[in-house]
Amino acid sequence: MTGFILRRLAESLLAVWGVVTIVFFVTRVLGDPAALLLPIGASEADIQALRVQLGLDQSLIAQYGHFLVNVVQGDFGTSFQHGRGAMQVVLERLPATAELAISAIVIGLLIGAVAGSIAALKRGKAIELVVMAVALLGQATPVFWLGIMLILFFAVNLGWLPTGGYGTLAHLVLPAFTLAVFVSASIARLLRSSMLEILKEDYIRTAKAKGLLRHTVFFWHVARNALIPVVTMTAILTGELLGGSVVTETVFSWPGIGRLIIQAIEAKDFPVIQAGITLIATIFVLINFLVDLLYGVLDPRIRANR
Amino acid sequence: MKHFFKDLTSSKAGLFGAVLLVIIVALALLAPMLHLPDPTRGDLRARLAGPTWDGLFSPGAHPLGTDEVGRDILSRLIFGSRMTLMVACTAVVLGGIVGTILGILAGYKGGFVDKLLMRLVDIQLAIPLMLLALLIVAALGPSIQNVVLVLALTSWIRYARIIRAQVLSLREREFVQSAHAIGASTLRIMFLHILPNVMTPALVVGTLELARIIIMDAALSFLGLGVQPPTPSWGRMLADGRVYLSSAWWAVTFPGLAIVLTVLSVNLFGDWLRDYFDPKTRSAK
Repeated sequence: MTGFILRRLAESLLAVWGVVTIVFFVTRVLGDPAALLLPIGASEADIQALRVQLGLDQSLIAQYGHFLVNVVQGDFGTSFQHGRGAMQVVLERLPATAELAISAIVIGLLIGAVAGSIAALKRGKAIELVVMAVALLGQATPVFWLGIMLILFFAVNLGWLPTGGYGTLAHLVLPAFTLAVFVSASIARLLRSSMLEILKEDYIRTAKAKGLLRHTVFFWHVARNALIPVVTMTAILTGELLGGSVVTETVFSWPGIGRLIIQAIEAKDFPVIQAGITLIATIFVLINFLVDLLYGVLDPRIRANR
Repeated sequence: MKHFFKDLTSSKAGLFGAVLLVIIVALALLAPMLHLPDPTRGDLRARLAGPTWDGLFSPGAHPLGTDEVGRDILSRLIFGSRMTLMVACTAVVLGGIVGTILGILAGYKGGFVDKLLMRLVDIQLAIPLMLLALLIVAALGPSIQNVVLVLALTSWIRYARIIRAQVLSLREREFVQSAHAIGASTLRIMFLHILPNVMTPALVVGTLELARIIIMDAALSFLGLGVQPPTPSWGRMLADGRVYLSSAWWAVTFPGLAIVLTVLSVNLFGDWLRDYFDPKTRSAK
């Protein structure tokens, strides 16, 4: 198990290094920050002076080396807009993004688990059809449009909830639910199909035959085994959620990292873009690492194979 | 082919998706012949006019209302679908070609090439696709070509992974082994013997990817990083209409519905296609 953890840790670090490298080359090679930073019509001499100041006159490899050394120390340079350390600006927004993402995952998992279980256990009944139809619609609905529609209905027409902003629980309801719909739709579909597979297994027939209570069979045999693909899916969905939060945060004026990145893109504030994307990717890599460890706990077969 | 249609008509969901998709594609293709109002020219006397079905066939009718500069929303939706479908299909095909070739290469060659490619896939998967797309569009600047490129880039990994897994098992099959034994070159085996056998899974991945890419394209346009105005695009219509949310519900509702219907039809058809080609689920029927 220790060998496995160490190998996964090395792979995770490699992935983070890869992300940092992609972020560096995409932002540094594709655009010239000096030309972008100065107003249109700036003289060639001004651009050149700024290049020297930003270290852009050095060779690309040298710049990349500097960048890596700084990144390891958490230094992404100074934000052009905020005039403070870019990582500091990004970290200030982390609590808001975490609050939204965790709420969405929890609500989404709860709704998805209940809906998926009902659909699997009530196979062939009308309720299965309804759950699956809603889940399909949920997967086909872009989160930003769902967000706007919820604002239209609950904030503009009914006036029950604020249209956007941050602070109270009421502000959290609509954005969290918007993202949760997408999560629960995917979870419900996956859980239904994996439960249907498990219900066909011999050990379920045995468990029923030896007279176990129905809910004992369900929780101890069906649900427990159906959990493994759900855990995998949750890790994948977290990535989609972190990406999806960019638009959701924009729709709801939620002061998280996603909205910060969009504002930084509009302002060409490259240090903040780099810091934000690196932080989110690192969190995502960390989640995947933890999920891999979780498999060992959930599935004795995987534990034995290592 | 006969079996294909027979199976399709026996699946309600698949048939619904296919029919809806045909209608959407037909509307997009025939848009210039439908005598719709000019999607880029506004009528300032009819700004934010609500949907009305009175005199539906008269020239000034706006069955789905107008936007903030008086452009007909129905016409913009139909012309917008051309752009959405063109961008999404090009990206899916481009990502599919690159992903399939790299998947075959990784699966058949194995060894270092395989390790390198799979490591690359892992690294790319560490960045949420939406953020990767944002990063690149932000650096390259928004244009149709860049959006297509970025969407294709987020897509190739899905093909590569699935095709690689297929090739790993194909590689051990007799027809590949015998081709190798009679001295066929690696390129010949990869493209003449293996490629035809992975076209089906590639097609299934492509259909399901199309749905994801349509949403992502809309999200990019919504954030102002997609196709630039005045070309109509669904995401942009949503973003523009959002400002008038309290006074004109139709300006945001219909573009969103268009996205949902398109993605739903592609998903339904794609799910059916996957089941149709997957012998495991097919024999279970």
